[in-house]
Amino acid sequence: MEYNLKDIASVIRSKNAGPYELTFDVIFKDFDMYNKVKAAKAINEKEFARLYNIKESDVIALVYFDPAKAVKVTIVRPIPSGALGETDVYGAQQHSPLMNYKFSL
Amino acid sequence: MEEIRILSPTAILGYGFPMESFVEGMKRKPHVIAVDAGSTDPGPYYLGAGKSFTDYNSVKRDLGIMIPAAIEAGIPVIIGTGGGCGGHPHVEFVVKIIEEIVQESSLSFKFAVIHSELDKTLIKQKLAKGEIEPLHPAKQITEKDVDEAVRIVAQIGEEPYIKALDEGAQVILAGRSYDPSVFAALAIKEGFDKGLAIHLGKILECASIAALPGSGSDCMFGYLQKDGFVLEPLSPIRKCTTLSVAAHTLYEKTNPYILPGPGGAIDLHNCEFTQIDDNKVRVTGSRFVPTDEYFVKLEGVRSVGYRTISVAALKDPIMIEKIDDVVKSVRERVVNNFESYGIKDFFLDFKIYGKNGVMGLFPGSETRVAHELCVIIEAVAATQDQADTICGFARSTMLHFGYEGRISTAGNLAFPFSPSDCKVGEVFEFSVYHLMKVESPTEHFPIIYRQFTNGK
Repeated sequence: MEYNLKDIASVIRSKNAGPYELTFDVIFKDFDMYNKVKAAKAINEKEFARLYNIKESDVIALVYFDPAKAVKVTIVRPIPSGALGETDVYGAQQHSPLMNYKFSL
Repeated sequence: MEEIRILSPTAILGYGFPMESFVEGMKRKPHVIAVDAGSTDPGPYYLGAGKSFTDYNSVKRDLGIMIPAAIEAGIPVIIGTGGGCGGHPHVEFVVKIIEEIVQESSLSFKFAVIHSELDKTLIKQKLAKGEIEPLHPAKQITEKDVDEAVRIVAQIGEEPYIKALDEGAQVILAGRSYDPSVFAALAIKEGFDKGLAIHLGKILECASIAALPGSGSDCMFGYLQKDGFVLEPLSPIRKCTTLSVAAHTLYEKTNPYILPGPGGAIDLHNCEFTQIDDNKVRVTGSRFVPTDEYFVKLEGVRSVGYRTISVAALKDPIMIEKIDDVVKSVRERVVNNFESYGIKDFFLDFKIYGKNGVMGLFPGSETRVAHELCVIIEAVAATQDQADTICGFARSTMLHFGYEGRISTAGNLAFPFSPSDCKVGEVFEFSVYHLMKVESPTEHFPIIYRQFTNGK
């Protein structure tokens, strides 16, 4: 069955983790779906790199965090926060490719 | 002491809090009121310019409630990362506010100011000794980078705060600090578990953001015991749930299981979140793992020039289709026009909202295009005059640019404002984000004491 991430998540957000990293949190609506996604590792480094058109090696951490039924992905910020070329100093609006992420389970 | 109670009034000093929540907090007889006043989120400008990103009146309003209440209750107030960035001018901004409050309320107390802006000579010595290393993904710095930095601050741990508490300070204001330190200092001084104290501090530093509904401008109360801690929001409209607290553990971190800070990291692999009643959550299992040597995190910025921007918009469907070509041609024209004149070294950017304005850092990740576009033309150059020149010329060139297929020949841009261009001022960027080894967690962070008596 195909799922759209924004239909099964209660939170999809992005934010700086310090000036040199961007971090993305996906919190699922229920533990059942979280466990299925985790078991299949439907959110993974390769798919994330494809969504953001970055190198897989720029993914610093991708962690399934059971207590919050959440997945956290942290990547190298393409430039440090506020450097020339910046578009989002706080990094708070970089989540939309994740919202449209479709995958099959 | 069986329990330490900590009142966190607000997520950032100046963000405010409802008086009712604060009164509820004081009824619970806290041992300390603590607040974090800073963040790197607003970007490099504030550290470079020496300005607070929080407002004078908003900070005075918050401290004007917290300090008199704490003095009356005989408990300390601890403020970290004064003025938002914790450099000397930022700390001075808060000192002035505290002086006014002291005078207006005729207060008496021992005041401590802990400085954490570092002298460049020290940093260069540390660099020469190999005691500075970059925090991935920042690159190693050189002596030149240190010279070029406008200001470098270090994130202090809880130890300088403990020293000031030991020496009898009732109000402590510090420069750049690791956010949880202000909440954890008293507890660690009293012998409570460091892992639990810092994890509690990590949550309290955002006040009610960890509750449901979350808020950065409402109080949160923490009860630290020997084997765990309890969180309680102080407004009846909020609850802490195991999920809201666990979810907060993710916020702005690299990895939710390992949270590094000065002198070590907290390890949350064995952490458990338990709902103990309708609005309170108990947390156990957080563990502090010290590093062999003590490192503090450095933050520094350098100046990169001056910025001028122009805001414009367009609706023409033909131009929208050609926008990438138009931008490329305008850029070439600007470069060509000033090459022989001698203005060569500048940064020119076109942020195209409706296309890739928000996600320009990830080309190819979003391809949707809107039916009208906003363009921000940005020039950064060595002087404000040069930035004005480049931005103005790019703007007029784009306005009248004859792109292929153009049928709207009177002008390409809709300007919402006159004047169309705006001087933004000096521009900074982060250049130092490194770890520095120290022999002792207190040695480079002098504490200056002052006794206030009846408002003086």
